[in-house]
Amino acid sequence: MHPQHWMSVASPGLYCRPADLYIDPMEPVAQAVVTHGHADHARSGHQHVYATHQTLAIMTTRYGEEMAQHTSGVDYAQSVTLGEPDDPVVMTLYPAGHILGSAQVLLEYRGARLVISGDYKRRADPTCPPFEIVPCDVFITEATFGLPVFTHPPIEHEVDKLINSLQVFPHRCHLVGSYALGKCQRVILALRQAGYTKPIYLHGALIRLCQLYQQQGIELGELIAVNDVEDKATLAGEIVIAPPSALADRWSRALPDVRTVNASGWMQIRARARQKQVELPMIISDHCDWPELIQTIEEVNPSEVWVTHGREDALVYQATQMGYKAKALSLLGYEDEQETG
Amino acid sequence: MEAFSELLEQLYFTSSNNAKAALIIDYLKRTPDPDRGWAIAAMAGTLRFDFFKRNTVKQLMLERIDPVLFNLSYDYVGEMSETVAHLWPGQTDAPSQGLPSLGELVEQFSTAGRQQVKPLLAEYLDQMSAAQRWSLIKLGTRGLRIGVSARSMKQILARYGQTQVEEIEALWHGVSAPYTELLAWLEGRADKPDISEEVTFHPVMLSHPLDEKTLTAIEPAEWQIEHKYDGIRVQLVSTANGKALFSRTGDDISQSFPDLLEDIHEHCVLDGELLIMHGTQVDTFNQLQQRLNKKKPAKKLIDSLPAGLMVYDILADAEQSLTALPLAARREHLQRFIENSASDRLHLSAVWPANSAEQLRERYNQASDDTAVEGLMLKRTDSHYVPGRPKGLWYKWKREPKLVDAVIMYAQRGHGKRSSFYSDFTFGAWQDDTLLPIGKAYSGFTDEELKKLDNWVRRNTVGRFGPVREVAKALVIEVAFDAVHPSTRHKSGIALRFPRFHRIRWDKPANEADTLETVKSLMET
Repeated sequence: MHPQHWMSVASPGLYCRPADLYIDPMEPVAQAVVTHGHADHARSGHQHVYATHQTLAIMTTRYGEEMAQHTSGVDYAQSVTLGEPDDPVVMTLYPAGHILGSAQVLLEYRGARLVISGDYKRRADPTCPPFEIVPCDVFITEATFGLPVFTHPPIEHEVDKLINSLQVFPHRCHLVGSYALGKCQRVILALRQAGYTKPIYLHGALIRLCQLYQQQGIELGELIAVNDVEDKATLAGEIVIAPPSALADRWSRALPDVRTVNASGWMQIRARARQKQVELPMIISDHCDWPELIQTIEEVNPSEVWVTHGREDALVYQATQMGYKAKALSLLGYEDEQETG
Repeated sequence: MEAFSELLEQLYFTSSNNAKAALIIDYLKRTPDPDRGWAIAAMAGTLRFDFFKRNTVKQLMLERIDPVLFNLSYDYVGEMSETVAHLWPGQTDAPSQGLPSLGELVEQFSTAGRQQVKPLLAEYLDQMSAAQRWSLIKLGTRGLRIGVSARSMKQILARYGQTQVEEIEALWHGVSAPYTELLAWLEGRADKPDISEEVTFHPVMLSHPLDEKTLTAIEPAEWQIEHKYDGIRVQLVSTANGKALFSRTGDDISQSFPDLLEDIHEHCVLDGELLIMHGTQVDTFNQLQQRLNKKKPAKKLIDSLPAGLMVYDILADAEQSLTALPLAARREHLQRFIENSASDRLHLSAVWPANSAEQLRERYNQASDDTAVEGLMLKRTDSHYVPGRPKGLWYKWKREPKLVDAVIMYAQRGHGKRSSFYSDFTFGAWQDDTLLPIGKAYSGFTDEELKKLDNWVRRNTVGRFGPVREVAKALVIEVAFDAVHPSTRHKSGIALRFPRFHRIRWDKPANEADTLETVKSLMET
């Protein structure tokens, strides 16, 4: 049966009726599958949450043990049967390559296959397994960077900009704005891979999640909480990572001669960087850029593409030009252009 | 070109003026003539010609990308040069080496024939990185906005040459790109350029808006009080070498107003308001607009809408500069000058003395009743003519704006600093059950309000027409504007002068907004 007859957009989010299952719901619901741990997808208060073990660990770190009444940790490629036993929906999670624990959701019902990509990217990311192509009838893709102006440069190139800047401004504290989950750890790893071995200093909001990554076996090198540094003047010439919201905050005023850096896919648009008073923009994204979105649609090769949060118009148009049936799903509530880029 | 592109990139992301100045001075030190002079011109906005038209850039781009995707991208990015920089096929990262110098680029584009510009531009865009493409398009269309104004460029040059900014100001309009003489003088390698006989623009003196606090502190007898006319501020310059009419920003608009310049024969620099005048009768701003930007105005237009100058200051009389005299003394010169002038297009701006605060307020009320007038100008009688916007010398006291409650109908994204925010709004008034658009506003709200408006637009979109979003007819704004005029261009039959946000009425139901009839009743006849 065509997914349009059993999937719908309800106010909490995308809903699969025969499984009574919401995907990344914004409000507490009976049954939810959570694709990944970013706050605009993973909320607390559901009765029953399905997610990868890592995503559940992230949610517990963020919301505490009480984040849901029941949880079911699911391995990648492991199937779960939901709904009526004689008319089941089979759900399987596959890697999405977005952040630690991120998953695509495959739903199979009455012979039709639907894949919800969640947020995803195609670049190599040492913190999670790569995005897997899952053949399906309907592919729901995100479109955060769904315009042809977005082509993300290699992360090595962007990290080099930071390392060069440290050489040009050896007395300035380089304050790097970076989303607490995923981006922060990826930036740290890329710095390590570029041979940066000095301690990296962290804003308090990033510490627990970095510890979680380390517990998951991801080596981040020496990390020090800024709060534990007694003489802030010693942070001159060092790298401090903080959530983007803290860049212009009072918190940062204690740091010596700050050079404001921001790691985000949005940094590609100059005016965006300047609006945030960023002096050194680093274009680093955990989402697909435009060529990768197109490549993914081609490789998945579904008969229909549904496009969610982001710049749907252009991707719907492009998919149609490529010969796919395509439409925009207007899901409310996902951060439109915020910190997760 | 590589060094220039790098400089722009650094300047763009540098917010401190001091750091910007340091970057530019460093660039001037290590860059040869004429490249650095062209860079100064590009940044200060004194390049005389476009290398290529924005439309040429767009055409080239559209040969390389689907137009729908181009429009969506442009709408999102909010700026042509950056959109093209990113969309242009080819490499994006590595800065290209071996590009021509800035001087060579100026030379090539200024001598290229009509047919050669396109292939030349395409060839360079192919070779460049995204950042370099951005610089070239900005440079070539004279759209550089990197937070360095002409004024700050003069200050930077003064700092570079260890001289006073006034020295640079005085020379500025008499020298031109690539500024080799000026730079040679600043570096102590040559004499100061001589510009005494040039027909040049002299930077104007500007006023501050009058606030309540200043108003109560004012001693009216120490001030020259004049009407603030509703025209455009101009400077008329006439020397032995020629004559010209300049806008307040220094653009030469002589071609549009030959009738005004015709009878001027004296050597002088006059400061005044350009108006349409039938004898001593002042016509509306609306009429003046018909004559603006006409490179070759038809005789019929000139005859039906004759230009006049309401003169309020004189900067030079014969060969003598008067800027160091107090206003009262300049006024005497001006009076004599107008009396002796052969031109009947020059009118002396009348003064309306007041001896008390009450009388001053009375003058203000009278001025507000006169439709050719926007309010009062208050100038200290002892003020010297100081270019720029010095504090405490000149004030404008504009009449209270008119207000109506209108409903937001459409929204469009802004540009530059407001890139990707919905910041341009079309609003309407009711005619029976229908809303008719009456104007557009892009200002008057705070950054915080802008974010809220942007968010509201995204949540209340009911239709899309290219870059324009139609929104639910639910949000009322109090619009302030200076006047209502009849207009055949709009379905509503009216046009507002300088509409802006006064207040956002989040609380007010849309059906309680004003009717078109109410708005029309504010029209002055």
